[in-house]
Amino acid sequence: MDKRILLLHPSDNVYVVCQSFTGRERIAAAEGEILIPGPVDVGHKVARRAIDDGEPVIKYGVPIGSATRALVAGEHVHLHNMRSDYIASHARGGRV
Amino acid sequence: MKGWLRQDGRKGIRNVIVVAYLVECAHHVARLIVDSSGQDNVHLIGFPGCYPNEYAHRVMRAVSTHPNVGGAVLLSLGCEGFHREGLAEDIRASGRPVETLVIQESGGTRSTVARGLEAVARLQEELAGQPRAAIALDELVIGTICGGSDGTSGITANPAVGHCFDRMVAEGAACIFEETGELIGCEDVMAQRAATPALAAELKASVEKAARYYEVLGYGSFAPGNADGGLTTQEEKSMGAYCKSGDSRISGLLKPGDQPPGGGLYLLDVVPDGEPLFGFPNISDNAEIVELIACGAHITLFTTGRGSVVGSAISPVIKICANPETYRKLPEDMDINAGKILEGESTPARVGEEIYQLVRAVADGAPTVSEALGHREFILTYKQFEPIGPACLPVSVRG
Repeated sequence: MDKRILLLHPSDNVYVVCQSFTGRERIAAAEGEILIPGPVDVGHKVARRAIDDGEPVIKYGVPIGSATRALVAGEHVHLHNMRSDYIASHARGGRV
Repeated sequence: MKGWLRQDGRKGIRNVIVVAYLVECAHHVARLIVDSSGQDNVHLIGFPGCYPNEYAHRVMRAVSTHPNVGGAVLLSLGCEGFHREGLAEDIRASGRPVETLVIQESGGTRSTVARGLEAVARLQEELAGQPRAAIALDELVIGTICGGSDGTSGITANPAVGHCFDRMVAEGAACIFEETGELIGCEDVMAQRAATPALAAELKASVEKAARYYEVLGYGSFAPGNADGGLTTQEEKSMGAYCKSGDSRISGLLKPGDQPPGGGLYLLDVVPDGEPLFGFPNISDNAEIVELIACGAHITLFTTGRGSVVGSAISPVIKICANPETYRKLPEDMDINAGKILEGESTPARVGEEIYQLVRAVADGAPTVSEALGHREFILTYKQFEPIGPACLPVSVRG
């Protein structure tokens, strides 16, 4: 597996980016190749496999929110395509 | 590993004399005694308030009779509300020598410092005779906190601590994690790991209490910087902190000053009970470290992304740097570089093993980086707690 991505837990459906991707690139992942479509910074997430609209995003082996549209493997997973499943009042410091 | 056996049967990994001021008015005199002693094992601790507080008394008692502590000198101005006789009596009852100096009755600053130095010298003589004893991993209490977190904390240093905790819990140590305010969103996942259903309910309730408390104080726990660093949701941020706890079953819930009854993994609830009264649950990282020490922590594992330089009085702090850039900026203050995980040079499991080996070395006397630099921070302020309920420490799982 490419050393620039990290799988934190076997049941995760996202990888964590360890070293930035500067552009579109095809990389080796645990289950074959995935396409990173564009730049992704350190600490951000990319999809390990296709994730359905509304499906939980799993990191550390637990849900950290849900996809707000269908995602393909390698896609950057962030504010634009997932959301918190938690009560919003606990995230007042930043609107996410 | 070799430690010190106290008369109460507990074993410490350091042989510390605490010089404790019981009100801010006695702080300077206490500090002069510590500084003039010139001895590494003489540590300054104290409580600044003049009004009495049950929590503060309980924490002062717990840290003054901590297994790493062999004796105490108490510094009272004379008129403060702290129950100095009660504290001295408890320390004496634990088999530790204690001397109390009342500044108003000791001739003032210079005279009290001179008397304090004599007291320290007497205690040093007694401590030199403390019996050494082998100490095993299953006799250790290890705490963990995170401070100055960033987007890397939850993917490098925190999971590495989780691996280390799993191994230490399996080998019988008592491991304590905390920060219920940063477990908001993790309560269901965490509750599933509880040893009993009743404990599960207590764990959930502690996080719900934290959520209410922070809401009243208007404290937001998701900052824009978190998103810049790759964190998307509150529960993701919380999971980053939560993964310090590893995967072990949770054996109990403690409040500051409670001692784990045996090996296992424990959650420390640091958020006060009742209506918010004295301000933020923890005003700085060292307030949390003091509470872990009050629960018996021999060593604290401190993960940081942005970087911190602190250590602690009484119990050594091991600093684990999550961010490789921060590690390059503050190399002289870090014990372990977990940031190399991000650069493909290690894994959370391997760094967890590094932390485990360092815990053993530090327990055997090797100084941590902050210890060698003379960091001996201590802070204690007002709080209020109800005692834990019977479900918090299920009898069936006591080691």
